[in-house]
Amino acid sequence: MASITMTKLGKIYPDGTRAVGDVDLEIVDGEFLVLVGPSGCGKSTILRMIAGLEEISEGEMYIGETLVNDVQPKDRDIAMVFQNYALYPHMTVYDNMAFGLKLRKMDKADIDRRVKEAAAVLEITEFLDRKPKALSGGQRQRVAMGRAIVREPKAFLMDEPLSNLDAKLRVQMRTELSELHHRLKTTTVYVTHDQIEAMTLGHRVAVLKPVTAARPDNLSQVASPGELYSNPVNMFVAGFIGSPAMNMVNATLEQDATGLYAKFAGLRLLVDQVAIDRHPGLVERLGEQLVLGIRPGNFEAEAITGPAPDRTITATVTVAEMLGYETFVHFELEQPPVVTPDIEELLADTGADVSSLGDTTKFTARVTSDVPVSLGQELTVTVDTTKLHFFDPATGLRVGTAV
Amino acid sequence: MTTSSKTLDVASTPTKVQKWSQKAPVRIAVVLIAAMWSLPTLGLLISSIRQPNDIATSGWWTALLHPFEAAQWTVTNYTDVLGADGMFDAFVNSLIVTIPATVIPITLAAFAAYAFAWMKFPGRSFLFAMVVGLLVVPLQMTLVPLLQLYTDLELTGTFLGVWLAHTGFGLPLAVYLLYNYISQLPKDLFESAHIDGASHFTAFIRLVMPLSLPALASFAIFQFLWVWNDLLIALVFLGTDSEVAVVTAQLNELVGSRGEAWHILTAGAFVTMIVPVVVFLGLQRFFVRGLLAGSVKG
Repeated sequence: MASITMTKLGKIYPDGTRAVGDVDLEIVDGEFLVLVGPSGCGKSTILRMIAGLEEISEGEMYIGETLVNDVQPKDRDIAMVFQNYALYPHMTVYDNMAFGLKLRKMDKADIDRRVKEAAAVLEITEFLDRKPKALSGGQRQRVAMGRAIVREPKAFLMDEPLSNLDAKLRVQMRTELSELHHRLKTTTVYVTHDQIEAMTLGHRVAVLKPVTAARPDNLSQVASPGELYSNPVNMFVAGFIGSPAMNMVNATLEQDATGLYAKFAGLRLLVDQVAIDRHPGLVERLGEQLVLGIRPGNFEAEAITGPAPDRTITATVTVAEMLGYETFVHFELEQPPVVTPDIEELLADTGADVSSLGDTTKFTARVTSDVPVSLGQELTVTVDTTKLHFFDPATGLRVGTAV
Repeated sequence: MTTSSKTLDVASTPTKVQKWSQKAPVRIAVVLIAAMWSLPTLGLLISSIRQPNDIATSGWWTALLHPFEAAQWTVTNYTDVLGADGMFDAFVNSLIVTIPATVIPITLAAFAAYAFAWMKFPGRSFLFAMVVGLLVVPLQMTLVPLLQLYTDLELTGTFLGVWLAHTGFGLPLAVYLLYNYISQLPKDLFESAHIDGASHFTAFIRLVMPLSLPALASFAIFQFLWVWNDLLIALVFLGTDSEVAVVTAQLNELVGSRGEAWHILTAGAFVTMIVPVVVFLGLQRFFVRGLLAGSVKG
């Protein structure tokens, strides 16, 4: 058990490409930290640098109090769980788990005790004599976990360990991982592409984005899941965290005697004082074009909330997705879409580009399924204007954040 | 239920016949080829255990007409060829030559292949290109200079000399084949092993060796058969002195000295053949064994 500290960490490949830059991160002892981001954001590279599988080009890495930049993987006392499990195919489950302990010349009885304890925790005792090929994906995943647990290392490193499992099993293993960490309290660094995994597992989540020539640093925001959701520091984090993604629209602010209004697509939303307080300096940006963000969950049908003047949007429903307990309502606003580098980055991750946005702004609202919604109908939804987000389109940063 | 299962039976019968008739040409061809290859061997075996007189007067297949007539079978051909004609000594010499000449290059090549595949060191790709380049050097080209060197070093006619020669000639192909196999092992396995605390040497012994067994075995078979059946290198570097002569060289001598004695030659030929046959039958399962199944998600 140990903390992991990175200062000014960077990785440049021999061909000159930069994968990681300027990462300052301290993972405290016993913490479960998730590195999340789109592909190519350097999250796996950072994990592999902690493991020692990737050389560190810049900066320093400490495990506990020890500088480990030049320490071999085998001497770092960490355990790693790989995406494809990387079990030794010619060894039984027992031998797979005991391998690392045998190499450390541990007493046979101790090895046996540790392997059996871990197997019991992971419920794989009955498979100990089997070879990996005789196991299902979920069982192999458990063996890979077991191999890490028996080592009782300073830290667990997990590289998208659940991504090869089917959806149902993934949810189950996610819960088990949480319980396991609660029991063992070993420092864990977990890499994933899936923001739901990141939000449910992490004590803190580090959102990364690919480095560019203009912005040679990957770390967008490191915070608790709740903080990431309610106070995203920039448009990238705002768009990446949360599903369905946050709605964003170009808006301008105007003030009159009744209050501060955000104007877009011929609509006016009254900005609640709570939202103003969350964005220091917002009132000084009158008349400027800003990006307004509204989470899909901050909508509700007007039929439920009752009349709420200056806090509603009325639009034609283009798609209605009924999930049973709620409905995702899609509609379009007559306003050109928001296009900034952050938005392009988010689109690239889904394999799309700016042209897919069209020339309207698309919105998604989550409303209760008690209100029947049909295609093509006019629907009025109320916005929880205490939870509005404002970003600066030039920098992508949340209004009120120091650059 | 009964009606439906009846219909199924009726429907499936013609397809079975169809399936068989589709595969029939291939099967017949395979049987024919197998027969063409095995018949001479069978003839050799039967001739080698017939009376010398019978061999001279009738074909080997006539012996099969009355197989239980004990008088026509004999093992004296074998006792003669193994004893007086020196095949037993030659057999032992062949083993002395072949086993180290198989083990040494395979061991070296496996280490080299691992290093080329998974270790970083300066000049790696250049060295590997050199090794692969050696594949195109015909061994005949090296005979004269090597023999001169061997004479200076007094290695001519020694087992050590012939082991080194076979090792040198076998290494390029061995390194190349094993590299192709070992470099295809999943990278994660090695990374996982290194994190588990394995050095390169441990990873080699505990992971690469067991996982490369099919490749090692198949190359072992090639090298073993090649060395066992080799006449050229044995003649050049060992010679035909009965102290060191191997089976191929000895058989070659017999053809010269006992060219008329078919019973001796057939028995001698069978003695040289028996080891390759046993080796192949013993190790052939490694050709088809896929040890890697299950290492990554299947």
